[in-house]
Amino acid sequence: MSILVNQDTRLMVQGITGNEGLFHSQQMLEYGTNIVAGVTPGKGGEWVLDGKVPVFDSVSIAANARGANASVIFVPARFAPDAIFEAADAGIQMIVCITEGIPVQDMMRVRNYLDQKGVRLVGPNCPGLLTPGEAKVGIIPGDIAIPGNVGVVSRSGTLTYEVLYALKLVDIGVTTCVGIGGDPVNGTNFIDVLGMFEADPYTEQVVLIGEIGGTDEEKAAEFITSQMTKPVIAFIAGQTAPPGKRMGHAGAIVEGGEGLAADKIKALESAGVRVAKHPEEIAELIK
Amino acid sequence: MKLQEYQSKQYFAKFGVPIPKGRVAVTAAEAKQIAEELGGRVVIKSQVLVGGRGKAGGIRLAKSPKEAEDLATQILGMEIKGLPVRKVLVDEAANIETEIYLGITNDRAARKPVIMASAAGGVDIEEVARQTPEKIIKVHIDPLLGLRDYQARDLAARIDLPRDNWRTFNQIAHGLWEAYKASDANLAEINPLVITTDMRLLALDGKMVLDDNALFRHPELAEMRDRDVEVEAETEARKYGLSYIQLDGEIGCMVNGAGLAMATMDIIKLFGGEPANFLDIGGGASAEKVAAALRIILQDPNVKVVLFNIFGGITRGDEVARGILTSLEEVKPDVPMITRLVGTNAEEGRQILAEADMITAETLVSAAQKAVAATQGGQA
Repeated sequence: MSILVNQDTRLMVQGITGNEGLFHSQQMLEYGTNIVAGVTPGKGGEWVLDGKVPVFDSVSIAANARGANASVIFVPARFAPDAIFEAADAGIQMIVCITEGIPVQDMMRVRNYLDQKGVRLVGPNCPGLLTPGEAKVGIIPGDIAIPGNVGVVSRSGTLTYEVLYALKLVDIGVTTCVGIGGDPVNGTNFIDVLGMFEADPYTEQVVLIGEIGGTDEEKAAEFITSQMTKPVIAFIAGQTAPPGKRMGHAGAIVEGGEGLAADKIKALESAGVRVAKHPEEIAELIK
Repeated sequence: MKLQEYQSKQYFAKFGVPIPKGRVAVTAAEAKQIAEELGGRVVIKSQVLVGGRGKAGGIRLAKSPKEAEDLATQILGMEIKGLPVRKVLVDEAANIETEIYLGITNDRAARKPVIMASAAGGVDIEEVARQTPEKIIKVHIDPLLGLRDYQARDLAARIDLPRDNWRTFNQIAHGLWEAYKASDANLAEINPLVITTDMRLLALDGKMVLDDNALFRHPELAEMRDRDVEVEAETEARKYGLSYIQLDGEIGCMVNGAGLAMATMDIIKLFGGEPANFLDIGGGASAEKVAAALRIILQDPNVKVVLFNIFGGITRGDEVARGILTSLEEVKPDVPMITRLVGTNAEEGRQILAEADMITAETLVSAAQKAVAATQGGQA
């Protein structure tokens, strides 16, 4: 049915009283996500969203009081690493960080700490998770995807929406959509999610949306060759991007001859992946 | 963001890295005076943010203050790879025995910093990495533990550094690590780190690339940004929170989201056009932001067509459409405009834009085809 998020997710929202946090909490609630608590230091004791969600001063107080098993983070970049550490130390096992603009060195410390604790982080700089018909964690618009048997994993935001929407128009549904984010160092990589989709009995095919920068797509290609039986369809953005320039996402840069779209496409194709020439073609390749 | 050589070396020196005596000059007279203070034999080094300064004649040895003045006059009048030389660094000349390489950077695949050393210093290290990767010794640093003494010793031993220099090398490696950490650098590099004829270690050149996302912690470093290396429009875009990169095609693009913006450029190319830019307007496209983006796209005289590709998710299509309308009234563009609005409230958005003189498209493919046709003077 899904990976990472479903009806049993008991979600906490860090930064729930901020503009973005509040808006997206409302959207998640309307979609059916079970939001059990919010956290904003200094606002503990308040209730938000028509009195539906209690706010706590810290993650550990909230987790103890409400039994959250996942957290989504909407706090600004300069406070976000601390928010991730706080959630991990409070025993939250799955953290989704939406925040864009976290310094890379902070993320290297975060990632190495979380790996030692065995805590899953999705993001940062990502749109989050959507399991159509069940729950969403993050900012992916709920109405652009329908339930089905295609797993989607992507480094992008609106480009992912574009693909979900193109699938919906031809009645192709999705088990779970995972936005892993556009930063150079993040919590969850393509191969982590590919492994989960391979193990999920309801996922029959997988769509991978990559972009220039780094070598995660090449690693995904190796993983697909050695570990996957399910068909994978891919799209790689940034074929026309000039080297040495960051294309919006902190991680989308070709440098030192590494991270070229052409190399990624070649690696994926030699792993038997069908690579679409443009996003709308993905829906055709799935049918 | 890159720092100049003199800025990088001064920063390293704060962390105990030995650098040559020297100062920056903006006039030849100053260069002469600095050379006199340093005893006459100096190196005049152009301060521009490009590689290959030496080959371009931007680094010269002067044997006297008079020669320093003459060379500084020449170099300060130069352009290197299109960048004007506004400053020269006047450094005491060193007597070099050996040149080595030492650098720390982010290894994104390993999710850890990596410290690299090589006995083949003084040359383009990327070239060394391509031709003879075994000559570069790499050691990953646990970001939670920091650089350990044994790691620095291991590097020294593996590049066959003379044992007499190990202690200083260890200090320099730690200094570089502290500098990298304190500045939130993506790269902190000494190339070359030289052993002088009297067996001292000295950082002759320095390079730092800082993480733009961390500049909020380093206002004093952020001020050092060199505007010469950036297209003016890119600086202007940053003020509005827009991510803009100028290219040399004819089709201007305004897109929400970086991945979708890249995909839009790609599909233009796929159908035979050339994108004029990358532009991500981000979320919540207000009229003010859209207008700024449109002005920035149109300042490029090569732009013959503008393509708007907006996926309404959280940002609603009708809001974006109103933003586009307002910006059109303000900017009054005289090139054909193609709009593609999809997703939340796209229909309402399309109705709003129906009043404007715009070509509309439903799919990404047809939007790209219409944009390419419009550059050829036709209506698709």
